[in-house]
Amino acid sequence: MSIFDLTIAQASAKLAAKEISAVELTTAYNDAVAALNPRLNAYITTTPELALEQAQAADARIAAGDATALTGIPIAMKDLFCTEGVRTTAASKILEPFIPPYESTVSAKLKAAGAVTLGKANLDEFAMGSSNITSGYGPVENPWKRAEDPDAKLVPGGSSGGSASAVAARIALAATGTDTGGSIRQPAAFTGLAGIKPTYGRCSRFGIVAFASSLDQAGPMARNTEDCAILLNAMSGFDEKDSTSAQREVPDFTKALNRGVKGLKIGIPAEYRLEGTNPEILALWDKGIEWLKAQGAEIVEISLPHTKYGLAVYYIVAPAEASSNLARYDGVRFGKRVDGVDLIDMYERTRAAGFGPEVKRRIMIGTYVLSHGYYDAYYLKAQKVRNLILRDFTQAFEKVDAILTPTAPSAAFGLGEKMDDPVTMYLNDVFTVPASLAGVPAMSVPAGLNAEGLPLGLQVIGKHFDEETVFAVSAAIENAAGFSALPELRAK
Amino acid sequence: MAYMLEGRTGAWEVVVGLEIHAQVISESKLFSGASATYGGAPNAHVSFVDAGFPGMLPVINKECVAQAVRTGLGLKAKINLFSRFDRKNYFYADLPNGYQISQFEHPIVGTGIVEIELQDGTLKQIGITRLHLEQDAGKSMHDQHASKSVIDLNRAGVALMEIVSEPDIRSPEEAGAYLRKIRQIVRYLGTCDGNMEEGSMRADVNVSVRKPGEEFRTRCEIKNVNSVRFVMHAVEAEAMRQIEVWESGGEVVQETRLYDPSKGETRSMRSKEDAHDYRYFPEPDLLPLVLEQSFVDELAAKLPELPDEKRRRFCDDYGIPFYDAGVLVADQATADFYESVAKGRDGKLTANWMSGDFFAAMNRTGKSIENPPVSAADFGALLDLITDKTINGRIAKDVFEEMVETGKAPAAIVEEKGLRQVTDTGAIDAAVTKVLADNQDKVAEYKSGKDKLFGFFVGQVMKAMQGKGNPALVNEAVKKQLDV
Repeated sequence: MSIFDLTIAQASAKLAAKEISAVELTTAYNDAVAALNPRLNAYITTTPELALEQAQAADARIAAGDATALTGIPIAMKDLFCTEGVRTTAASKILEPFIPPYESTVSAKLKAAGAVTLGKANLDEFAMGSSNITSGYGPVENPWKRAEDPDAKLVPGGSSGGSASAVAARIALAATGTDTGGSIRQPAAFTGLAGIKPTYGRCSRFGIVAFASSLDQAGPMARNTEDCAILLNAMSGFDEKDSTSAQREVPDFTKALNRGVKGLKIGIPAEYRLEGTNPEILALWDKGIEWLKAQGAEIVEISLPHTKYGLAVYYIVAPAEASSNLARYDGVRFGKRVDGVDLIDMYERTRAAGFGPEVKRRIMIGTYVLSHGYYDAYYLKAQKVRNLILRDFTQAFEKVDAILTPTAPSAAFGLGEKMDDPVTMYLNDVFTVPASLAGVPAMSVPAGLNAEGLPLGLQVIGKHFDEETVFAVSAAIENAAGFSALPELRAK
Repeated sequence: MAYMLEGRTGAWEVVVGLEIHAQVISESKLFSGASATYGGAPNAHVSFVDAGFPGMLPVINKECVAQAVRTGLGLKAKINLFSRFDRKNYFYADLPNGYQISQFEHPIVGTGIVEIELQDGTLKQIGITRLHLEQDAGKSMHDQHASKSVIDLNRAGVALMEIVSEPDIRSPEEAGAYLRKIRQIVRYLGTCDGNMEEGSMRADVNVSVRKPGEEFRTRCEIKNVNSVRFVMHAVEAEAMRQIEVWESGGEVVQETRLYDPSKGETRSMRSKEDAHDYRYFPEPDLLPLVLEQSFVDELAAKLPELPDEKRRRFCDDYGIPFYDAGVLVADQATADFYESVAKGRDGKLTANWMSGDFFAAMNRTGKSIENPPVSAADFGALLDLITDKTINGRIAKDVFEEMVETGKAPAAIVEEKGLRQVTDTGAIDAAVTKVLADNQDKVAEYKSGKDKLFGFFVGQVMKAMQGKGNPALVNEAVKKQLDV
């Protein structure tokens, strides 16, 4: 058994038993990063020395009997989390020279728990994308390959594509992600990982470079549901620096994993059976239903009637907020500046040079939908429909405990595919966006492989602040699926 | 008589509404913990939140909310238990986030009423439309470097209250009185220092003109006027300009203008076509602001007495005229000083002395009510000496001057200089007899009908007694001896 085969729970046990040291574990991962990252491009910035220092501190902590479940565990930090003293780019050229003098709350909590940070994971620029091809630092390669065509490079999904690729290729034991419309769940599905977007407000957004404030949530991506639960335990909690974070007790999510699904009512939304959906995806969904039924869950047909408006609402609300959130990148105080003849000229040159095409597109869409004369027709209408989508979920959760759907409409696709027009790309988010709009927790769990040998995920959606049921249902699927496939391209 | 401007085509009425930006008195800024104090080295009071760094989030400062509610209560306005923040988006170098957090659709304070008093004593009510909380921007300076502009973000994020009036104001005088009244109220409440020179209070002035009885015509907004006098001038200058435009067959266009105090005129800043599209939308980083009624009630219970109420109470409690009470309540410190002296004494006497010798001495010596020319205790002691007839009013004036000069207590001065009033009728009679004997010719004139000479005799007697004679007794004695 290789050191890379260890999950967080297993590595933690071995660290506690002093069978391995944190320095050993981190060194192995540092070496793996050095070997594979040049190809995968999963990290924008690697910090091997810092990781080693943190590992040494972790060993001291373990020796002192002061360890947590994450002490000495090497992870990748999505490069959207500001990290004090370590460059934070949001995968944008406009932040290329930016080294934050402060730490995000979530990364600070993970550091405080003793986690070791291997580096800053690549992503779509400002988390805008579903394939990681919009990164200003080059696309990320998915370590998974089509059986028939192992040379074709596939995307890891996005926007947390670097996190996904790093964990799947085992150049990180786990990773942080952020999810605005599916940015944790879709890449998790594309790379055979578990990943959860918790309830909006569960994790602090303080120090996370904002994309769409009313949707952004941090969450973990890991080998399995247990590792996700361990990470989420550390990442969650009220933060007075984020007014939208929830003042709620954080339960021990690991305790929910073995609850089972007996007696739980699982909703199957009719509206997610989209015409033209890949039959393999539908077949996997049916399998998931059977697994849960076999474990004692009751399957309930439900309706989420406004699902079909989800994407349209999302692609109005998210760009609207983004257009405002990204106004601060003006070259005046930090990040890139391109001088101009006057202030306006400097703004234009700086933003033209600093932002990539997808970011520019969304800023323009967002500016448009908020403009005088269009606000009511677009933004206001979208907010109203968003409320209806939330009501769909609220009503459904009066009848069921959790909802099961596919995570994404396809498996990972090739780099350069689905590039014809942005809308094709946006369709990737069709199953993940509604939960984001409603703010409810949702998890993707690997459930099988398609005919090409690529992983597929199922999504479990829960009630507000009921991540525990999400974990319980996800773990039940995980157990039944027995997903154990690995990409060939990985640290061994 | 209503204020009208005479044009070639007849009389025009002026219609004015004010948007007053009042900087909130608070330790820290509206959404960050950075200090909100004025001054300091450039960019010394700036947090990462104020500077709009990536990942920074606003957190509402409860004290600023309380200040806005206090102000709303002081304006007799409706407090909205539900309000919400919105983003007002525009690019400028001293606006770090590229948006200002403000309240657009749901302000914290709704409609209210303010009473103003005009020169002729007329009282008029001006409606308040709303008050909302918002962040201030930083400061750009373009004269510090040959080719660069420099930015100071100390002010960025400091809380402002924007107080919007109804278009109820009808003259420059009313505009000035309204602005002064708002300033008086916020100073009483301690919610804004009202210092217009430092920019902690400034006004956007909306002006239009119309023929009497007409609907409102197009208005122009004059931005950032920073003194009461300039507001009054700007209203008049802008009204005259608009009348000229209408009367020469033109049309006033809605636009933003600037007032130039050196030229006494307004000039166009940007037209409606160039107006920003602020793309307001609800601030997603903040939850709606929901207040408990108990929170409002608690603030209301602890609200200080406001100038209008204080003025009426002074009239009732101290029996002084409405006008005098208005002078005394002009600011809280003066009112407090007056009251600490007047309490348990003759309120009228106190008021007369304050508006007379006391203010005169204060102005002459360049002192202030906070650092008065004589202390309230000494001032009161002096009035007591008058009341108990130890000294008369004439001598009291000298004692007062001596107090201002030396800081000594009045009783000490009276003793030292032997200024006690003479009430010994024997001594007074003797003095009268001597004066009449010395002025036999005048006595004859008096007796032949020159009544006015009575004052002369009294004056001579007082003079002979070094001013210490009890005036009533002197009067009486003169009368008695003359009328023999």
